Amino acid sequence: MTSAPTVAYSIVVVGTSWGGLHALRELVGDLPADFRLPTILVQHRHRESDHLLSTLLQERTRLPVSEVEDKAPIEPGTVYVAPADYHLLIDRGFFTLSTDPPVRYSRPSIDVTFYSAADTYGPATVGVVLTGANSDGSRGLRRIFERGGLALVQDPATAESPTMPAAAVRCVPEAKVLRIADIARTLTSLTPADPAATRGHAVLPDPGGNSARTAPGGA
Amino acid sequence: MAVPVTPGKALTGPPVTYNSDLERLEIELLLEGIFRHYGFDFRSYAYASIRRRLWKRIEAEGLRTISELQARVLHDPEMMERLLLDLSVNVTAMFRDPGFYRAFREIAIPLLRTWPFIRIWHAGCSTGEEVYSMAILLHEEGLYDRARIYATDINDVVLQQAKDGIFPLNRMQEYTENYIRAGGKQSFSEYYTAKYDGAIFSPTLTRNVVFSQHNLVTDRSFSEFNVIFCRNVLIYFDRELQDHVHALFYESLSMFGILALGSKESLRFSKYEPCYEKLHPREKMYRKVQ
Repeated sequence: MTSAPTVAYSIVVVGTSWGGLHALRELVGDLPADFRLPTILVQHRHRESDHLLSTLLQERTRLPVSEVEDKAPIEPGTVYVAPADYHLLIDRGFFTLSTDPPVRYSRPSIDVTFYSAADTYGPATVGVVLTGANSDGSRGLRRIFERGGLALVQDPATAESPTMPAAAVRCVPEAKVLRIADIARTLTSLTPADPAATRGHAVLPDPGGNSARTAPGGA
Repeated sequence: MAVPVTPGKALTGPPVTYNSDLERLEIELLLEGIFRHYGFDFRSYAYASIRRRLWKRIEAEGLRTISELQARVLHDPEMMERLLLDLSVNVTAMFRDPGFYRAFREIAIPLLRTWPFIRIWHAGCSTGEEVYSMAILLHEEGLYDRARIYATDINDVVLQQAKDGIFPLNRMQEYTENYIRAGGKQSFSEYYTAKYDGAIFSPTLTRNVVFSQHNLVTDRSFSEFNVIFCRNVLIYFDRELQDHVHALFYESLSMFGILALGSKESLRFSKYEPCYEKLHPREKMYRKVQ
């Protein structure tokens, strides 16, 4: 390995609350039908919300939209919606749900999902924070960045509610701040890791034996 | 290659110089140690959940690594007790998922009416919120007197709380809303007495409830039941242990008995799926048919 390895990504996690429905519809609507990265959406919503969010998102994309069930495998080219009233945790290639107490009044908590994505997939993780009226997601985005992953934030000036993206930018000043159309464009341009990555096998070349960079678990 | 932590940032969780394979090894060793020294078997719990709970304990104790926690836990039984609560207590609510309880009323209750006596196993009942919910539902449907509920949990401490039937008063507004949406027929406040910051539930609700310790990992079936109720417990288990528990449930259910799971739990990934028929298109209510 003489040249720098291409960074390949395994998973996209997106967090949003207030104004999230429109933002998510725009984002998934802008993803091409052959988009390969599994994309996990964590939206704050009422504990009794049903499948309406998934239905409204499915109207906008040809990618299959699925509401997560416990231990469901993480498949490429699929959009996943975190179910209401559970935390969504990510393991190597599958989901685990939890009814542990809300974190800062939220269940699902965006931070909880982002932490577990970052700690599982390391630098192969992409975190996206969109519109919202609180600061959930900031710490999780920080974790993703610290594990070597890619941090994207909706430009607060374009957000229905700028609080959440503004908090994310304060916490991760290195994040790329973009309009939603450009977030979709950035995601589309990424190199997907071999799908084996989502099943938990190392795929990135190890640049010099540093275990902290071995995907997907490391860093 | 690790990015240094910004000093002063209140970050929680694993250190930044981080190797998830090494962490997995540490957690496996810790759980093996706990099993061999104390006999509590968490080795087949869902990794992502147990990892998160371990880190919460590590932070609460001011420790830094899983291995430090292991050293402390193995030498300090009181630390083990605190950790045991972290690992074995599941949080629930009265009439959690009201739509489920409404469906249970509409679909399962008419089936239960056809039996002279109804035996219900509430597996992993934790602090008992859903046991009281079921007792209220049976009472309102006129079935309570021919029902017996066996409420079990691995953890003695939560079982005692379940027996006491005192829940935080500040949750009653939420529970009342749930109760109404679940199709409750009376006034929810008739079921409890407020005292200080607690709501004490009527002891008549537990007249036909037997609380006892049972470990889904190691204990066997202890009777035959018409209904097994196990909601949001299996999410804390890995796939293999889920299969093991599904086998236990299958053996413990009478023919045409009803299995009720949490709203995002599924038989879909279990080999027992063909043994059941769905009683509702969305709610996780199944009937044993073979």
